[in-house]
Amino acid sequence: MSKKADVIERNDVVIRFSGDSGDGMQLTGTLFSDTSAFIGNDLSTFPDYPSEIRAPQGTIGGVSGFQVHVGAKIKTPGDYADILVAMNPAALKATAKWVKDGGTIILDEDSFDERGLKKAGYKTDNPILEDKLDGYNIIKAPISTLTKEALKDSGLDPKSVLRSKNMFALGMVYWIFDRPLNYTETFFEKKFKKKPMVVEANKHVLRAGFNYAETVEHMTPSYKVSPAKINKGTYRNINGNLATAWGLIAAAEKANLELFCGSYPITPATEILQELSNRKDLGVKTFQAEDEIAGICTSIGASFAGDLAVTSTSGPGLALKGEAIGLAVMTELPLVIVNVQRGGPSTGLPTKPEQSDLMQALYGRNGESPVVVVAASTPSDCFHYAFQAAKIAVEHMTPVILLTDGFIANGSEPWKIPSMADYPSIKAPLAKEKTEGWNSYERDLEKLARTWAAPGTIGLEHRIGGLEKDAIKGSVSQDPINHQKMTDIREEKVQRVSNYIPKLKVEGEESGKLLVVGWGGTYGHLATSVSDLQQKGHSVSLAHFNYIKPLPSNVKEVFSKFDKIVVCEINSGQFVGYLRMTNPEFKYEQYNKVQGLPFTTIELEEQFIKLLEE
Amino acid sequence: MADIQTNFTAKDFKSDQEVRWCPGCGDHAIMNAIQRALPELGYKKENFAFISGIGCSSRFPYYMDTYGFHSIHGRASAIASGVKVANPNLSVWQITGDGDSMAIGGNHFIHIVRRNVDVNIILFNNEIYGLTKGQYSPTSKYGSVTKTSPFGTVEQPFHPGELVIGAQGKFFARSIDTNLKLCQEIFIQASKHEGASVVEVLQNCVIYNDKTHAALSDREHKEDRTIVLRHGEPMIFGKNKDKGLILDAKHLKLKVVELGDEYTEKDLLVHNAEETNPGIHLMLTNMAYPELPVAFGVIRSVKAQTYDKAVQAQVEDVKAKSSIKCVDDLLKSGTTWEV
Repeated sequence: MSKKADVIERNDVVIRFSGDSGDGMQLTGTLFSDTSAFIGNDLSTFPDYPSEIRAPQGTIGGVSGFQVHVGAKIKTPGDYADILVAMNPAALKATAKWVKDGGTIILDEDSFDERGLKKAGYKTDNPILEDKLDGYNIIKAPISTLTKEALKDSGLDPKSVLRSKNMFALGMVYWIFDRPLNYTETFFEKKFKKKPMVVEANKHVLRAGFNYAETVEHMTPSYKVSPAKINKGTYRNINGNLATAWGLIAAAEKANLELFCGSYPITPATEILQELSNRKDLGVKTFQAEDEIAGICTSIGASFAGDLAVTSTSGPGLALKGEAIGLAVMTELPLVIVNVQRGGPSTGLPTKPEQSDLMQALYGRNGESPVVVVAASTPSDCFHYAFQAAKIAVEHMTPVILLTDGFIANGSEPWKIPSMADYPSIKAPLAKEKTEGWNSYERDLEKLARTWAAPGTIGLEHRIGGLEKDAIKGSVSQDPINHQKMTDIREEKVQRVSNYIPKLKVEGEESGKLLVVGWGGTYGHLATSVSDLQQKGHSVSLAHFNYIKPLPSNVKEVFSKFDKIVVCEINSGQFVGYLRMTNPEFKYEQYNKVQGLPFTTIELEEQFIKLLEE
Repeated sequence: MADIQTNFTAKDFKSDQEVRWCPGCGDHAIMNAIQRALPELGYKKENFAFISGIGCSSRFPYYMDTYGFHSIHGRASAIASGVKVANPNLSVWQITGDGDSMAIGGNHFIHIVRRNVDVNIILFNNEIYGLTKGQYSPTSKYGSVTKTSPFGTVEQPFHPGELVIGAQGKFFARSIDTNLKLCQEIFIQASKHEGASVVEVLQNCVIYNDKTHAALSDREHKEDRTIVLRHGEPMIFGKNKDKGLILDAKHLKLKVVELGDEYTEKDLLVHNAEETNPGIHLMLTNMAYPELPVAFGVIRSVKAQTYDKAVQAQVEDVKAKSSIKCVDDLLKSGTTWEV
């Protein structure tokens, strides 16, 4: 409480809300993000929550956090926070290490009693000294007491009163960043439309927090954050799971097919199934299956019957779906499998991001079983890649695995709303009527896609199945030469997709000392680090992959123009292994991390500088 | 739901593939019965879809000139559910065996029944794994000696009908491969019933489990050891129609009585397949020779909402009420701002 507060002008700032998993930190963070977007900031968010719904209250295991990075030109949720709001001792203990040196920490001092400190694992009654936080700007606010005081005449029961303390904290943060309250107030009015008492109480406590921060301004810093220079348009905030669901719906509309999703709830992919279930207004059929296998098998049935079929899952679920993906490969039916990756193996770290399912997506099936693998790289481009995955699946008659991860699935960012008029059409190779000599496995000579004759089509009755198929007729064949031919065709069909996808782009100079290579959800961190180093005059560029199998056609051309290539992934080196196999003429350096956390731009920059100086 | 009357015959449903079941296998007869039943259902030929898993019986779709899908072991219930929900106008049939539906596919089986998806499920029960050459299955009798139970099994078998009723099933029927006419009659009823219709067909495997149902197919005694139930008719059986079933109310179980001085037809139970309470159906389903005759015919057939129709209705209902009509509407819904 010793520091004098200043007005700090910044291009960007990182705020982390941290509390018990029942404290409403996700909502608090979301409301702050939406308000910031509303007044013109660019932003990126990172919800970080435990896998237990209600871990023992007040313990480190139960800490739920929401980090948001606001300002101009934001690509990551930020490595370290400028401001931490810690609602209890456990939140402080768990997250203080993520605050920048000398940053501001706001505490609910009411929760720092003997019991709270003990639960969090503090050994003394002075957590600040114990965790060596004395160089930080610590603001101790009696948030619980002031919330109770503010709501003493509200008519709410004591439990509901205490539950509003997150809004007091939010009010304080709004004052610090000079944000308007009206967006949040409108949110209350909509959310609690039928409970005017709750609306009033929330508004009151939000304002009380705002006023409190103003009153104690001598110790509260206040920030002016630069608005982003953003292209004109209509914007919304979107997270990766929502964007994925919407991209699939958009593809169904463009393909003029009905969308079917057979799925089974699994963290962190469940929201895709939830959102699709909510979209009956656009004709989406969802089937919450009895297990992961039934999830994909109902979808395969729907695909056979002529729907655009998708299934959503995460790593353990992808393992269970393996045999059925092979069936879709053999029967050459369109199918999108969305895998929102999480930490593994086994149950692993269900709520933490990782990129460790790449090999499983590429090879995790019996037999020679090629599928197209696509990866989204930001929350909002999940829309685009979900659309593309569906377009490839339908037009090339193949299963496509779309990889996202817990980081981009739950993270959100402002998104310029596209117009469907700007999206390409999707042409399903449907066989609509009987033609002389039609065979179910005859294929288009360019894409090698077979035609799709759904039950109900007159005169095209045919049988498909998991046994090897005759290359033309589609009937069962055990012929050795035919098996070789079909094995080759299935691989070639997937490889030919490279004629229909964009070439690999380089961000920065097209030749130089160091090429940073990444794929999927690490884009924000890699792009930020590379762009920082470029501004400092380093010869470094970025090539980020969204199409994994097949790879874009110009990989060799891009790679050959750099002295060094470093492949960065949050796994032990799966993509780099794949590149060594597919493009063995290059030497690859690698940078890997498997901690259930995204990269930090700081560690990446250190690593790149080391490689540049070697 | 039938669309029109057709002029097809059983022959039109035979595909060009050579039928490769063993000579004497019960599957041949069951397929004949289905091929004879189909023209009587009033569907157009292109609206039939046969879905199977893995096993001898699951080769079935290849031999049918309809749309067909020979899928993976145990998953036919799930695939058939997807087909029916995607296109409720189809007549969807699942062909499965006791290994496929009672073991590896047990989970999917109980759930298709519970959801009441309008699929006709024909369960070929030969109480053995035939395609893998003779291991015991979940329906093999206790003590069965097979390649994986050389000293006899030590596990109790499933009774498919009991499982269907336990899963809140609305339709269960039983037939035997030696009674083609009864099979055909039951398949027609199964198809006409809206919802998951499970038909257990007792089927003989000539190679690995020959004569497992011989007690029930034996020409001399079959009519004394089985009873064909028909809705609305008294439960009479026997070569001479001289036996019947009554409910022993005191012990709450079924009892065989001889018709004569003590009991007349009026004393017998009258079969009501449409009774919603499954109690009596469970008793009938579980009747086992030699204590009681084994029940054939449609044991349970209760009307209820089907899953596929309910999904369709909900989509139509929400569509009509929502202001979101296309993806552009969706993208602009909720909170947005202009820059």
